[in-house]
Amino acid sequence: MEYVIIGNSAAAVGCIEGIRQVDQTGGITVISDEKYHTYSRPLISYLLLGETTEANMYYRPADFYKKNNVTFMPGKTVTAIDPKAHQVCLDDGAKISYDKLLYATGSSPFVPQMQGLERVKKQFTFMTLDSAKALDKTLDSSTRVLIVGAGLIGLKCAEGIRHKVADVTVVDLAPNILSSILDDDAAAMMQKHLENHGLRFYLNDSVQQFTEDTATLKSGAQVPFDVVVLAVGVRPNTALLEEAGGKVNRGVVINNKMKTSLPDIYAAGDCTRSHDISSDTDRILALLPNAYMQGETAGINMAGGKAVFDKAIPMNAIGFFGLHIITAGSYTGKAYTKIGENTYKKLFVSDGLLKGYILIGDIDRAGIYTSLIREQTPLSDIDFDLVFEKPGLLAFSREKRAQILGGAK
Amino acid sequence: MKRVYVNEKWCLGCHLCEYNCAFAQTGKEDMALALKGKQIHPNIRVEDGDNIHFAVNCRHCDEPLCVKSCITGALSRDENGVITIDKEHCIHCYTCILSCPYGAIVPSEEGAIQKCELCIKTTQGTPRCVAGCPNNAIVFEER
Repeated sequence: MEYVIIGNSAAAVGCIEGIRQVDQTGGITVISDEKYHTYSRPLISYLLLGETTEANMYYRPADFYKKNNVTFMPGKTVTAIDPKAHQVCLDDGAKISYDKLLYATGSSPFVPQMQGLERVKKQFTFMTLDSAKALDKTLDSSTRVLIVGAGLIGLKCAEGIRHKVADVTVVDLAPNILSSILDDDAAAMMQKHLENHGLRFYLNDSVQQFTEDTATLKSGAQVPFDVVVLAVGVRPNTALLEEAGGKVNRGVVINNKMKTSLPDIYAAGDCTRSHDISSDTDRILALLPNAYMQGETAGINMAGGKAVFDKAIPMNAIGFFGLHIITAGSYTGKAYTKIGENTYKKLFVSDGLLKGYILIGDIDRAGIYTSLIREQTPLSDIDFDLVFEKPGLLAFSREKRAQILGGAK
Repeated sequence: MKRVYVNEKWCLGCHLCEYNCAFAQTGKEDMALALKGKQIHPNIRVEDGDNIHFAVNCRHCDEPLCVKSCITGALSRDENGVITIDKEHCIHCYTCILSCPYGAIVPSEEGAIQKCELCIKTTQGTPRCVAGCPNNAIVFEER
């Protein structure tokens, strides 16, 4: 059996580990357009922050490919997939045959049309190790940075570079920062915290026009800058699969075995469309844990095993300047709220189930909440008041605890 | 594999397992000297309710969500099934705390996360929490 994987991040690693659970001998080829050993993309901001090193960014140990008998092809770009011939074509003209293919191409920064952007000499996105290194080279203590986008990527970038530069200004069309993971009140709390650490925000605003060193905003404000970081959002990389005739609906369409509409082709990670069980909707969940679990599921199935992944939910653990946020699920239904000095807790309940939560500051044992969402545990089975107050196993029945802690079946 | 299992009805709520865990982490000979006047940071924690007490530590899951979710690769499962943390590699994003269904992973004082590793890096053999339990409320065995 010959397995080919396009991509080299969490989904690819999950796939390799999934395949090797079932098939220890089949050949695995990993094709990556980057030149690096598999690394953790979210760590690029920690690299700039000085909290990790390039060597410590490895997502798996240096002997990972060797140990798993993987042929690693770095710095090669796939130009086409031929599903009939079961081949992928590379930019150097080579053709590689597969029996089973994983499409794990990830996502790319989305850069909207903005007037005058072409005049900005120092403009970057913030997604890959190369993009982080390129940005880092332009920064010194006099640099003024304008970040377009107050989402996870834009703000992690802001945190990563704040200590190196003169000032960081963030512009976003949305009225709140981190609008994909926080509600209004939580966003206001985090914004204040970030402002206390020297970030400046223009929200409900956008860049109307760039000159080479100044952005004029829709509100009329003028923001002088030396460097622009574009972090408006990401889009799944679906083109290759679509050109090969595979079904795409914003993301690659897959079933719960991670199979695409094309024979012997699976997909996983940021390029795919997931089913979010917390909102019962299909959506793009570009999250590293999701990518790994999809990849592992795909790998097991590619190797002839049986696995499904049908518990995807949005979830994020992220910190800024020492203040941690953990969120999961969807923010629908009745809200149960507790707000303190630099702590924030909101749980969302609907249909007798926990659907989502937001925690800031006190994130102790948050996974108990995540599990209630993921397992769709009826709240009538537990002491909800107790678990809301303090997540713990005390809120569960004695029988459930005997299973969890006593190994009872 | 051998794991730490809880006999809930036998737990006295004495919290000695927490002290023994913290002691094992110090690598010192004398418990009183090692822990006197110190705030302890155990990897096993007793929950107390009305006449209910039980200890919770890592379950060393066969399908460990913490390991699968770890964004750095700092958490891994060794050949014996023990889930361990490479603290050098951890950047304390707390995705594992988001993921663990039992709340068995906690931030550590030095930043990285900490969790029960069944004493494989410290005293070895029977985990110190179990060895010191006065009423067999936690046991180390295959089930």
